[in-house]
Amino acid sequence: MNHSHATDKLMVELRDLNKWYGEFHVLKNINLEVKQGEKIVICGPSGSGKSTMIRCINHLEEHQKGDIIVNDIPLNEDIKNIEAIRKDVGMVFQHFNLFPHLTVLENCVLAPIWVKKMPRKEAEAQAMELLERVKIPDQALKYPGQLSGGQQQRVAIARSLCMNPDVMLFDEPTSALDPEMIKEVLDVMIELANEGMTMLCVTHEMGFAKTVADRVIFMDGGQIVEENEPHEFFNNPQHERTQLFLSQILQH
Amino acid sequence: MKYEIQPTLPPPSSMIGVVGWLRKNLFNGPTNSVATIVVGYFLISFLVPTIQWIFIDSDWVGTSRDACTSGGACWVFIANRLDQFLYGFYPETEHWRPQLAFIIMIGSIIWLVLPQTPKKGLVAILLLVVYPIIAYFLLYGDVFGLPQVETHLWGGLTLTLVLAVVGIVASLPLGIVLALGRQSDMPIVKSVCVTFIEIWRGVPLITVLFMASVMLPLFFPEGMSFDKLLRALIGITLFQSAYMAEVIRGGLQAIPKGQYEAADALGLGYWQKMILVIMPQALKLMIPGIVNTFIALFKDTSLVLIIGLFDVLAIGQAANQDPDWIGYSTESYLFIALLFWVFCFSMSRYSQHLEKKLHTGHGNRA
Repeated sequence: MNHSHATDKLMVELRDLNKWYGEFHVLKNINLEVKQGEKIVICGPSGSGKSTMIRCINHLEEHQKGDIIVNDIPLNEDIKNIEAIRKDVGMVFQHFNLFPHLTVLENCVLAPIWVKKMPRKEAEAQAMELLERVKIPDQALKYPGQLSGGQQQRVAIARSLCMNPDVMLFDEPTSALDPEMIKEVLDVMIELANEGMTMLCVTHEMGFAKTVADRVIFMDGGQIVEENEPHEFFNNPQHERTQLFLSQILQH
Repeated sequence: MKYEIQPTLPPPSSMIGVVGWLRKNLFNGPTNSVATIVVGYFLISFLVPTIQWIFIDSDWVGTSRDACTSGGACWVFIANRLDQFLYGFYPETEHWRPQLAFIIMIGSIIWLVLPQTPKKGLVAILLLVVYPIIAYFLLYGDVFGLPQVETHLWGGLTLTLVLAVVGIVASLPLGIVLALGRQSDMPIVKSVCVTFIEIWRGVPLITVLFMASVMLPLFFPEGMSFDKLLRALIGITLFQSAYMAEVIRGGLQAIPKGQYEAADALGLGYWQKMILVIMPQALKLMIPGIVNTFIALFKDTSLVLIIGLFDVLAIGQAANQDPDWIGYSTESYLFIALLFWVFCFSMSRYSQHLEKKLHTGHGNRA
């Protein structure tokens, strides 16, 4: 059931990544390679550094040591590189972070028009196409405040896709949703995965991990504890810490 | 148990109608009833004579104080002095110039306020960019055959409006820049902005005006002078921009971090992020604070009377000194208060209207 789209091209590369918040060592020597088309699910207890790690990839968080290379562009102090990487990397947040003063459609065309200098007509056509894909074209002229959480998150996904990203980062995309809305968002993510998007998802949706992930990564205390393909990861976890974590989240 | 849909019923009759309203709002319980009666008594015993003095026993038409015989307010005084109240010492033959400037301004503001008018953006830009130039040349003259009217002749409501409008229009953008600077990661920019804001907020406006009118010229080289009105304007603008900056900073801090992050993640640059995403939301939150500052600024313009500029209040005081009209200062102060109130209240109403208009649903979460 798992069709891997992975090619040989490296899309995201983290080498000896280290990050501190003041004295606190959040990320310790993280090494991770993500190939084009690969789907990675990252899980772990809260405070394990999983969100911080993916937020480093588009420089929402600054790292202090180590290298990050995205789509052959090194992430360094050069603002041009940061901007180039952000054009290639889409991100979906736990709390959607839609712009409440803009309609759904305006949310979607903002970055294409201002960052990619796309003509408005073209941007709107593309946005409508993507809203179609996340199944809410009829909400295009509403404001985010008028939509349900699940709809807002699907708009947020469409908004990211409007920039034609090569990589998508998902930071607990379903954690803030009511249970009956989780599926509609996961369905969109699964469809996206099936189309071959490179994805890094921080999530505790283990069903999603089993269905689409090429690899599952378990983090704890700022380190990658275990990394395996989903079947092995869930059925045969190697580390005690992973076993404990899985037993806790799979119990109910 | 069988489930049936219950019909919706109208509320009980004691809740609706005039009687219902009175009972709910004025007479619900003995304490409230007593309060209503006591407050009502004082209101009536104050309002009746006031209204009588202002409207009923008052004199409106005439040319001198001999016309004021009814014992009420002597509006003849205001009517005879109206030109001075509105234009100060602006030459009478040129009164059409401030009038025209005022009409253009009010016209474009009404254009912007009305919901159906087209091309609001263009009008707003014209009002902010082209209008000040037109207004300046209209008032000052010395071009297109318009005789020059020096600024020391400007006065009355005209001068008040010039001070207020220039102060408002100039202090907002300056305040935005200062607020952004104060939030900046760059230490030099940040400390310059913080110092600027704290210095200006730490001194009273009167001192600023004194500095501008008395001290500043001492530092200029011999023979160089620049307009007293201009100096007052710069002083007021810088002073108010410091307050504005703090209001705006408050608004910026209320914007959730997620909005900055979403804009960053989409690849928007700093200015794009600020102008397209953060500022529109922050300004909406800041409307009450900004308008509050505008209103304070509008009223503070009357302080220029201490540096010898004849704003509407100074004109009123001068009129009170007129031996022909001595004893009618209540009328002139009331009239001036009314003028100030009309402008301030309009600003306040417009801000409420704006707030409602910009409200786009409840989902302002991060």
